[in-house]
Amino acid sequence: MVSKRKERTVIVGGGHAAGALLTALLQKKYQHEVVLVGNEPHPPYHRPPLSKNYLTGDVDQESLYLKPRSVYENAGHQLRLGVRVEQIDRDSSTISLSDQSRLQYDRLVLATGSHLRHLNAPGADLNGIHYLHDIADSEVLREQLVAGKRLVVVGGGYIGLEVAASANKKGVNVTVLEAAERLMQRVTGPEISAFLYDKHRGAGVDVRLNTAVTGFEAGDQGHVAGVTLADGSTVPADIVLVSIGIIPETALAKDAGLPCDNGIIVDEFTRTEDPAILAIGDCTRHRNLFFEKMQRLESVANAVDQARTAAATLMGEEKPYDSVPWFWSNQYDVRLQMVGLSQNHDQRVVRGTPEDKGFAVFYLREGCVIAVDAVNLPLAFLVGKTLVQQRRTINPELIEDPDTELKSLVNGRLQS
Amino acid sequence: MGKVTFIEHDQTEHVAEFKAGSSVMQIAVDSAIPGIDGDCGGECACGTCHVIVTNEWFSKTGTPGNEEEQMLSMTPERASTSRLGCQVVLTDEMDGMTVHLPEFQM
Ligand SMILES: Cc1cc2nc3c(=O)[nH]c(=O)nc-3n(C[C@H](O)[C@H](O)[C@H](O)COP(=O)(O)OP(=O)(O)OC[C@H]3O[C@@H](n4cnc5c(N)ncnc54)[C@H](O)[C@@H]3O)c2cc1C
Ligand code: FES
Repeated sequence: MVSKRKERTVIVGGGHAAGALLTALLQKKYQHEVVLVGNEPHPPYHRPPLSKNYLTGDVDQESLYLKPRSVYENAGHQLRLGVRVEQIDRDSSTISLSDQSRLQYDRLVLATGSHLRHLNAPGADLNGIHYLHDIADSEVLREQLVAGKRLVVVGGGYIGLEVAASANKKGVNVTVLEAAERLMQRVTGPEISAFLYDKHRGAGVDVRLNTAVTGFEAGDQGHVAGVTLADGSTVPADIVLVSIGIIPETALAKDAGLPCDNGIIVDEFTRTEDPAILAIGDCTRHRNLFFEKMQRLESVANAVDQARTAAATLMGEEKPYDSVPWFWSNQYDVRLQMVGLSQNHDQRVVRGTPEDKGFAVFYLREGCVIAVDAVNLPLAFLVGKTLVQQRRTINPELIEDPDTELKSLVNGRLQS
Repeated sequence: MGKVTFIEHDQTEHVAEFKAGSSVMQIAVDSAIPGIDGDCGGECACGTCHVIVTNEWFSKTGTPGNEEEQMLSMTPERASTSRLGCQVVLTDEMDGMTVHLPEFQM
């Protein structure tokens, strides 16, 4: 054979999706040269602990890493960390990097994740106003979480609530301000919202719903002293965390002329419009075979599953992405596991009660289970996963009936 | 330091070293052993770290806790010595242990 340059696959971004892709490629013994270019100084890591046990100081930095860096490198993959990809030139199949170098690619995988939505309000630049997205953010915030201080969390989504729970554990006085009429409104139903509300209030967190933030009040030396509300009042604060969502990171793709619309548009094989370029994880909006629509998801499960699909696509296998979305969140002793997307349900059935050790909400649409949110009840989560996957129609009375075993709802294959 | 042997469904063997205090899932993932995913990073949330402990070692690892038991109860390849790898914290006593991996993770 003529010695020709080995084909090169470049991964842009070094987050969860990128890490899962490296793993899948090394397990599949992918023969191309693989180079990952990531902006952060760390190898791919788990972000979920950043608002949970890394924030409370219960685990160390190394335990966040998906794998030690050496594992990828021993498999021949290169990691160029702390380097940003500035531009993609599709005509010459090269990317320009922040260290002024250029890199040619045969296949390119965009795994650029997201950036944080910022609150544009008077005083938003004051010191002491934090955001949480990466290891550095979590470490800065952790230093501030000292017992007796006052933390105001703007946004009652899952990250805001996890931080509230972690800070509460540290003895910080926490207030959560949520503009909507209930917590986690975007992702869960009223029963779980109410349960979490009671849980946080019970722990001593001051949760305020229907509360719109208008700005921040300055104290000494440009440090934040309070959060101002639409009703004219002020909530005093030593520390503020703004947690109001993310925006998919599509700038590179957009500049390169790839179709983007609330995410880089990909098909069920993670392919963009350009056959040489794939995209995976939080940055994408994908054709979801399961929901038969375009869908953007922000979760580890989606990042990992899309990464595995991309690995198959790169290997020339046709393995479409058709997983049912799932998610988890930990707050205090509450382990919340969610499967499916509940938004379009027309009926909710509750299994157990919040007073029980565990309970779950089943979301139905036209009699079919489309999602389940389980609190400290993993069995309901897993049963739900099967029911959603199989688009199972189920008699709601059976779900409610404590004498019907949860497992019996899925008669068939998965039952042991 | 100790060693654990992982046997894949197709009988391929892998040996991973450990320091006491890490989990069975973590050492397998750190060594990129196929057949164990550990997607949630050890939060007992995903069920993709199922291992089947060999009988003679099961007394060392102990039995699953309540939530782990619920997770395991839905895995198709459930055995009487099944554990979630992320919930098994390795001790020096487990040096030399062998665990089997199921054909499919959840
Ligand atoms: C605090 C927190 C808690 C969370 N908790 C949970 C949870 O409990 N469960 C759950 O399922 N999900 C959780 N998530 C979400 C989950 O972490 C994300 O869905 C997941 O990380 C997405 O992976 P990704 O690779 O697509 O993006 P990311 O992990 O965000 O990685 C993208 C990476 O690309 C880099 N990058 C971007 N542009 C460039 C460029 N031009 N050049 C080089 N590098 C670039 C970024 O610096 C970043 O490192 C949490 C997220 C956060 C922040
Ligand atoms: S790693 Fe997710 S359950 Fe063990």
